[in-house]
Amino acid sequence: MELVKPGININFVGRLKYAVIFSVVLTIICLISIAWRGLNYGIDFAGGTLVQVKFHKAVSADDIRKVLIQIGIDDSVIQPFGTDEVIIRTAKSSSEIKGLSAKIEESLNAAYGKDAFQVQRVEVVGPKVGKDLTQKAILAVIFSWIGMLIYIAIRFEFRHAVGGIVGVIHDVTIVVGIFSIFAIEFTLTIVAALLTIIGYSIHDTIVVFDRVRENVRKNTKKDLPTVMNESINQTLSRTILTSFTVAIVVAILFIFGGAVIHDFAFALLVGVIFGTYSSVFIAAPVVLAWERYSPSTLRRRK
Amino acid sequence: MLKGIKIRATMALVVCLLGLFYLTPSLTPDLPDVWKKYLPMEKIHLGLDLQGGTHLVLEVDTEKALENATERLSNEVKETLMNNKVRFIYLEGAKKTGVISFELPDSASKGAFEKVIKDNYTDLETVSSETRGGREVVALKIKNKRAEDIKKMVIEQSLETIRNRVDQFGITEPEIIPERNDRIVIQLPGIKDTERAKNLIGKTALLEFKLVDEENSIDNALKGNVPQGDEIAYENRLDRQSGRRTNIPILLKSRALLIGGDLESAQVKISDRFGEPYVAIKFNAQGAKVFDRITGENVKKRLAIILDGSVYSAPVIQERISGGEAQITGSFTMDEAKDLAIVLRAGALPAPVNILEERTVGPSLGQDSIDKGIWSAILGGILVGVFMVVYYRLSGIVANIALIMNISIILGALAAFKATLTLPGIAGIVLIIGMSVDANVLIFERIREELRAGKTPRASIETGYAKAFMTIFDTNVNALIASLFLFGFGTGPVKGFAVTLSIGIISSLFTAVFVTRIIFDYFIWYRKIESVSV
Repeated sequence: MELVKPGININFVGRLKYAVIFSVVLTIICLISIAWRGLNYGIDFAGGTLVQVKFHKAVSADDIRKVLIQIGIDDSVIQPFGTDEVIIRTAKSSSEIKGLSAKIEESLNAAYGKDAFQVQRVEVVGPKVGKDLTQKAILAVIFSWIGMLIYIAIRFEFRHAVGGIVGVIHDVTIVVGIFSIFAIEFTLTIVAALLTIIGYSIHDTIVVFDRVRENVRKNTKKDLPTVMNESINQTLSRTILTSFTVAIVVAILFIFGGAVIHDFAFALLVGVIFGTYSSVFIAAPVVLAWERYSPSTLRRRK
Repeated sequence: MLKGIKIRATMALVVCLLGLFYLTPSLTPDLPDVWKKYLPMEKIHLGLDLQGGTHLVLEVDTEKALENATERLSNEVKETLMNNKVRFIYLEGAKKTGVISFELPDSASKGAFEKVIKDNYTDLETVSSETRGGREVVALKIKNKRAEDIKKMVIEQSLETIRNRVDQFGITEPEIIPERNDRIVIQLPGIKDTERAKNLIGKTALLEFKLVDEENSIDNALKGNVPQGDEIAYENRLDRQSGRRTNIPILLKSRALLIGGDLESAQVKISDRFGEPYVAIKFNAQGAKVFDRITGENVKKRLAIILDGSVYSAPVIQERISGGEAQITGSFTMDEAKDLAIVLRAGALPAPVNILEERTVGPSLGQDSIDKGIWSAILGGILVGVFMVVYYRLSGIVANIALIMNISIILGALAAFKATLTLPGIAGIVLIIGMSVDANVLIFERIREELRAGKTPRASIETGYAKAFMTIFDTNVNALIASLFLFGFGTGPVKGFAVTLSIGIISSLFTAVFVTRIIFDYFIWYRKIESVSV
């Protein structure tokens, strides 16, 4: 079976400017949302308490909120989770109210009876840890960029490394932006997803660049845009196939993986789509633009 | 050339069998005895998010410990100065900042003072020394290096004490590890009563004995006129009839007569009269001697037993107690009494601890996550497998063989390296299923290209592999870089994800390139096939 016919020659390079415009607009929208609306930080970063409760009968969120106000929690956010569970979140942590999670359990006990619910998960993160984790997350993302920048610069050229990293920054910005726009909770596991997306996006970019490197050496007479376009077309079949298989498994995680992993899978899904897109439409134009100002030395080598 | 295949095939088989051997104990509990004796028994270790349990991060207040050490040292210095007949005034106010200040009447006393410090207290250094209106004021503090040592020791002692407490509490396979400079990470798998464990671990458990000040009135003290050398403490009392707890203030003399580091044992006993639990403590020889002296000196006075600043009871000393035995009564439940005995036996923490982070997952949620994760992995595997066969026909089957080997190697490696499988880790395996076929896709696409160019099957396969290998290698190294940073950054579940991803990347490089090549070579060389089904 063949999804992409051999010898296909779609003019990608000629249409790059539309892609760049699209990406710039999308990135700006994302950045505005991140700056304006900010992110819905989970307790990993914001600090606070989270209690996941499974109720055996239907209980309204307002009801629970009223119960919690009695023990001094006036900022609780109650959201449904999965089918018959709710997540109770408050910015307060145990350092403010001693044994907070136990108090929440006690008050639910008093209001609904012991057998009416089951506490599935409790997370309490103090403000100090939240700050640490935020710092660590940012460092991890930035250092992974630097690590890859160095590796690609050694294996290819510095311009390819820059192209790849710009693509990755684009992907990360969009995923984070979408989390901001839809106010999806931003947690520790989402950062793990981001790092995976970074790895995946670069992975895709390398496949394309690798072919460019090979083709440039093979025919030194053709100009880079032509070679680039050929290379993208030659790897197109693989790009589509791999993104497809990865998208399938991530979609399965998204649908069947359960509520705990739902957002994580969502981030991966968005990341896979944009990671594939960016390796063709973002990384390539950066290298091409660079080429216009200073032609590569690679081409003169045979 | 055939020989080459045999060696490679043997290698692949060994690695695969090794993976299976390590994996088997995780799959079934009843293995033959021979297996139990000679073959690996490690199961895949499940993270707390899958098996349920509590993860705690504690911070040890080392500054407070240093403050305490400074205060103890200042008392010693005062005593030594008195013994050496040096005249001085101790300046109380500076104590909090970790500095000990003295005022000396003249330069002769200052000389004597400096000699005493130099001879006896090498850990102290002078911060400032000045003359104020003819009087010398000297400020001392603990040397930085010594302060660092004290902090380090405090962390070590805290770890030791917490280990003891957790062990005595009876939790299987707890993990207690120091993190950064002043933090302790505690993992308690399968624990049910988290609140109780937190109380047990987080309690400083500083036991002190102080006299009750019966000459001054507590009411007056509560109005703000606390007599010098006294302090107000509270006794938490349970009214049996109403079930209410009340706090009763008591005026104490601040000086602790005895601090409970000198215990030999602490046990829960049941009182004969009310059937209530209490904790019987026994001092060691040294403690018993001190206890004997203070009870002898203070007969008919009230002695308060204080734990972490709150009074448990304040009985009247009826007579001198020389056996070194005492009781801590209070309104305990049985569990409270048991836990109190544990913390007293394990000893006090050298500094207060704060709980910075707590994550508890109930066992049913964990099981739910496992089920859903495995279900997703199987479904994803089947879909990808079917897709590969449809797209690449027989070569797709080769890729699927590699995929199955890959998964068993990943799981086997997790068990062998005693790595932890977490929920994001399962997600990582699912992701690897999707990504590991990429190597085969790259190779197969290349082979197709070469075939299209009119090369023979044998040449196509050789060039296909050769050309795809560099790409595959570069992409995998990059993926590894990403997952290494993930590992460095992550805690708990995220770390598990990084581990499975890293193992998966390496193992898929092996199965998707090395193993599939063996199968192709076998057909090309041995069966001499005329065409490739790709």
